[in-house]
Amino acid sequence: MSAVSVAERFDDVGASEVSPSQARAERPILEAVGLTKRFGAFTALNDVTIALMAGEFHALLGENGAGKSTLVKSMLGYYHPDGGAVVLDDREVTIANPRDARRLGIGMVYQHFTLVPAMTVLENLVMSRVDVPSVVNWAKERKALSAFLETMPLKVPLDTPVDRLSSGERQKTEILKQLYLKSRILVLDEPTSVLTPEEARQVLGFLRARASETGMAVLLITHKFSEVTAFCDRVTVLRKGAKVGEGLVADLSTKEMAALMIGERELTQAPGRDENPKSAEPVLALKGVRSGDSGTRGSLAIEELVVHGGEIVGIAGISGNGQTRLVELISGQAQKTSGEIRVKGEPYDASRATAQAMKVRCLPEEPLRNACVGRMSVSDNIAFRTFDRDASGSKIRLLDKKRMLQRAQELIEVYSIKTQGPSAPIQTLSGGNVQRAVLARELAGETDLLVAANPCFGLDFGAVADIRAQLIAARNRGTAVLLVSEDLDEIVALSDRICVMFEGRIVFECAGGDAVDTTRIGAHMAGHH
Amino acid sequence: MNADLGLWAVPLAVLGGMLRVSTPFLFVSLGECVTEKSGRINLGLEGTLVFGAMAGYGGAYLTGSPWLGVLAAGLFGVLFGLLHGFLCSLPKVNDIAVGIALMLLGTGLAFFFGKPLIQPAAPMLPAIPLGAWSDVPQVRAALEVSPLFVIGLLIAIALLFVFKRTKIGLVLRMVGDSADAARAMGYPILPVRIGATAFGGFMAGVAGAYLSLYYPGSWNEAISSGQGLIAVALVIFARWNPLACFGAALLFGGAGALGPALQSVGVTEGYYLFYAAPYVLTLLILFFTSSRTKALEGAPRELSITK
Repeated sequence: MSAVSVAERFDDVGASEVSPSQARAERPILEAVGLTKRFGAFTALNDVTIALMAGEFHALLGENGAGKSTLVKSMLGYYHPDGGAVVLDDREVTIANPRDARRLGIGMVYQHFTLVPAMTVLENLVMSRVDVPSVVNWAKERKALSAFLETMPLKVPLDTPVDRLSSGERQKTEILKQLYLKSRILVLDEPTSVLTPEEARQVLGFLRARASETGMAVLLITHKFSEVTAFCDRVTVLRKGAKVGEGLVADLSTKEMAALMIGERELTQAPGRDENPKSAEPVLALKGVRSGDSGTRGSLAIEELVVHGGEIVGIAGISGNGQTRLVELISGQAQKTSGEIRVKGEPYDASRATAQAMKVRCLPEEPLRNACVGRMSVSDNIAFRTFDRDASGSKIRLLDKKRMLQRAQELIEVYSIKTQGPSAPIQTLSGGNVQRAVLARELAGETDLLVAANPCFGLDFGAVADIRAQLIAARNRGTAVLLVSEDLDEIVALSDRICVMFEGRIVFECAGGDAVDTTRIGAHMAGHH
Repeated sequence: MNADLGLWAVPLAVLGGMLRVSTPFLFVSLGECVTEKSGRINLGLEGTLVFGAMAGYGGAYLTGSPWLGVLAAGLFGVLFGLLHGFLCSLPKVNDIAVGIALMLLGTGLAFFFGKPLIQPAAPMLPAIPLGAWSDVPQVRAALEVSPLFVIGLLIAIALLFVFKRTKIGLVLRMVGDSADAARAMGYPILPVRIGATAFGGFMAGVAGAYLSLYYPGSWNEAISSGQGLIAVALVIFARWNPLACFGAALLFGGAGALGPALQSVGVTEGYYLFYAAPYVLTLLILFFTSSRTKALEGAPRELSITK
């Protein structure tokens, strides 16, 4: 969208004290000039300048780790920048903490929520104000907030504690909070990762309309091109902590934006899918499996789920709908209350011995926490599955450190894990390399069933391409792959078959491939169909 | 002259014990409730309580007024609370370890300063005779309550109001439930926690003064029987609700009175076992309120034990 047409839209709105169209035409509402932020020796942000105009919807585009969050956090007083200045309404301001930012009318919707889980939506909204009375009259506050919600297209229940809300509802509450606080500048940190595609369109569409009506400036942090092209006026691209480009979205193609964002880099090509016939017998079969207090968030109630050898079954769903529990059941971190899990026809109890015997492997989400011991070395972590066996597979009593190191060295090369060496603590590795190390451990040797949960969450493009290629290669070798992911694009790109989970149940199933109807999947993810 | 009540003497003595023994539990647990709501645990309250007992007794003896003694005990409690609060605000300091250290420090200091106070007699706190209507002396004795008991009940009700309806209470809950959220909304974390720990110390100090100035009403080194520690468990059992703390304190008070009551009706064997009733009750309650699947409901999420 060009600047001219935005200005025209403002002219329709007209007569507020300061015409937003003028404000937009003349000067930026908020500007960061030459911001630099270092963490120790690492420069997370290098001399970045960004300007926000009133009434515009501005995208801040970049890969994970490119410094997007660091930039806004340095602007809003969460971090203290090492250099540069923040200019608000043509005046240099010092924003020492988030409360200062709020007083100046700058609101941020964080990626991790900043609502108090045990408090209701009403309590959270009231407490977010700058002027909370010392004794709160809840009847009055409820009335005022209901009236405010009437005017909003986003709906949330006022009297429900936040920990009973879905992630999508929490995200909406965070956004409503900022609108309730009448923020003039709204920063959204990847807000759509917990929303269904339909919800994302609704929320971003509403905010866009709101920005042009009221002159509010919106800064959208994202790595999704579709959001940039559909909703944003201008875009600033970050790569490795530096600004590498900016411009009107209308003037840039997706390809150009991708080139700016990724830079010169070879991405691993995903191997083609072999037309291997999938195994006749299912490798993984769940029947009537229940776990957790039924009806509560994250509990599980699956009637039937089968995964055959040589296929990838993708589990789509918004986080908190039982996917984590499903992975934990197979990895042995949670217990089922009823039902049966079978692997290759045999009952499966998720003990180390059974997992070993049945060749079940797991790549859980947040592998550093769920699948590694951070302070132990890369080679120790890689040996977790095999440290008590010798080369022929029989039990040994004392660890064979030499063999462990040698094995780790091999895998570090094969999976191109970047580490100072096999004896470096695994927590010193970057997220993508921890993921590669765990994947190397889990795929080494024969694997009949591989469970992968959000395997590419938070990784840069290079690592994502690598890991996806490994998953497809495993499938081509005949491994049954259960892929649980909150990223619908990932599910669609990798799966042979797609199941949608909602409130612990599998509510929809369809074949994968290019012909997938994502709108239908999205509707099932949201629970209406 | 005592009327012969037979076995009725036991429930009556338990009731009396409930009203009398429960007060220290009540004060410590209300204070700890506020501290824990802010996201910290202070295990040092046992030491604060013993020091409060000594300071209260000494204060009353020196000033001649038991109420000034109570105030002195509370103020020393605040000092202990502040010490805990500040120490735990240093980076990488664990509140449980600090609590245990302060428990030992408090008891040790109390014994050191309290040596000369064992002999002299301090003025005692007055009692409210709720049983004046009865002719039976045991009923009168059982229904004699301390003004501190009534004040404790009022504080419990007031805390309920504070948690629900006031800004300061909501900020406290926020800090204890999600430090991240509180920080993002610009509320201070450390001052709130230090303040909450200081309040907890004040209440534990007052509880100690109750021990030395009302019941049992003397200062010696065996004045506390672990009330300060049990009260910490009691807060968990009461699910961080001040009124439930009141109920739980009554329950523990009653259990604590069981041993002496049985002894008074002439049970000569095994009553020592009943002296252990509050401790057994603690274990049983923790056992039966545990759940494999459910997280502690209502637990402040910043608490190091529930994280």
